[in-house]
Amino acid sequence: MTVSTQPSSAPTAGGSPPGSVSTPAPAHTGSRVTRALGALCLVGLAAVAVLGLVGTKADATQGDAARLIYVHVPVAIVMNIGFMVTALGSAMWLWKKSRWWDTVAAASAEVGVVFTGLCLATGMVWGRPVWGVYWTWDARLTSTALLFLLYLGYLAVRRLPADTDTRNRRSAFVALLAAVDVPIVYYSVSWWRSLHQPATLSLDTKIQGLMLFTLMLGMATFCLFYVWLLVHRFRVGWLEDEVERTQLSVALAERRAEAAVPAGEAPAVSGDAPAGTGEARVGS
Amino acid sequence: MFRDAALVAGKDLRLEYRSRVTLNQVAPFAVLVLVLFAFALDPDRGVLERATAGLFWVAVLFSGLLTLQRAFAVESADGNRDALRLSGLDPAGIFLGKVAAVIAQLLALEVLLGAGVVLLYGATPQRWPLLLTTCLLATIGVAAAGSLYGVLAAGMRVADTLLPLLLLPVLAPVLIAATRATEAALGGDTGDGWAWAQLLAVFGAVYLVFGVLAFGPLLEES
Repeated sequence: MTVSTQPSSAPTAGGSPPGSVSTPAPAHTGSRVTRALGALCLVGLAAVAVLGLVGTKADATQGDAARLIYVHVPVAIVMNIGFMVTALGSAMWLWKKSRWWDTVAAASAEVGVVFTGLCLATGMVWGRPVWGVYWTWDARLTSTALLFLLYLGYLAVRRLPADTDTRNRRSAFVALLAAVDVPIVYYSVSWWRSLHQPATLSLDTKIQGLMLFTLMLGMATFCLFYVWLLVHRFRVGWLEDEVERTQLSVALAERRAEAAVPAGEAPAVSGDAPAGTGEARVGS
Repeated sequence: MFRDAALVAGKDLRLEYRSRVTLNQVAPFAVLVLVLFAFALDPDRGVLERATAGLFWVAVLFSGLLTLQRAFAVESADGNRDALRLSGLDPAGIFLGKVAAVIAQLLALEVLLGAGVVLLYGATPQRWPLLLTTCLLATIGVAAAGSLYGVLAAGMRVADTLLPLLLLPVLAPVLIAATRATEAALGGDTGDGWAWAQLLAVFGAVYLVFGVLAFGPLLEES
């Protein structure tokens, strides 16, 4: 939201590449639909909290710790959806070369990484009372940790200064290379651990009634939450790109305006102008 | 494609023959890593013997990183990347050539590290066919995936710090599989070494195919 004020201050800036919005940037990233979606998420989260903490009974063996399942499993699902959408967006960018898909991939990866972190954190909180340790080298834990690291690398690549096309191509390849690796990682890690111990983490299939409903509600709510986050992150990402695109033209226009006003100081200003534009290009 | 690959590989190996960076810098570093492991894990407690396979492959990965960085630093300097694109060589050939040169250097390093492990850690290889196959397949995997990320990171100012972050998580399956297979070959763990070697083969094949297809667009970006 902080970025949105900059392009609106200079709506006249030229350079409208294909697919860019020509209208002045909005003052916020919300719309009527996303507000409704956000409200729905809040209601859903509140319902999950009430049902999960009060409505359902504690588990016979795990006690209250089992309640984390209503958060942990939905978070893990969103994590998977997030990275799948990133892979899809990257592949689509390579095919269509459209900025839209790149922004989708970036937004989804960021949300995915956050949810991976949450997934690991909630898993650890659950693991301490139930397993007695925060971490164990279980197949699913290990591959999730690797997933986290893989996509941290992706986000690092996205943050590198480069012109848009280079950055998009680079990130698309990194995302696809990571996506190719995920099944191999999962397979090798589960095989590696299965040599030593049976899978520690398996969902109780006996879950039913209100508990099952709460879990389903949690999944639905977190999926909506993912969509809400994705839409907002997408819009912020799009605006960031807009700012980057217009910055140079805005700087040029300002310089020209400066030069045009005081006729007497023309030589000094014209001497300055090339250096100024050079700096702007390096900085952008 | 293969003629181009041979040209590029020959060029890289000639570069190494003249500059001797791998020989004079990476190889001593690899041995140093082995010695450092001995400092970190007390040799008298038997940890070294049990962890030999893992330590060997970690040392290979670290020195492999250096080799890869070197292999792509020479391409990004002095506008060599543009020269490569202007040369009319098939991008897939360039990729395979770079991979082949890295494989050759890594295999030489592995021979050195293997000798070090035998001499310093007291390892005794028992199943030679499995050991040699594992080394070859794992090296292909490291070189193929590494060359993809190498060209991606080459020319960036942050290439030195970015490459490990991107590459090492991707190589985690290689480390796991190569370590298990080597353990089996050393006679420590009696797990099914050949199955792990198959996983290494799959990994290497996947990244070789990906590289042949994607190296052109990756090289274009600069």
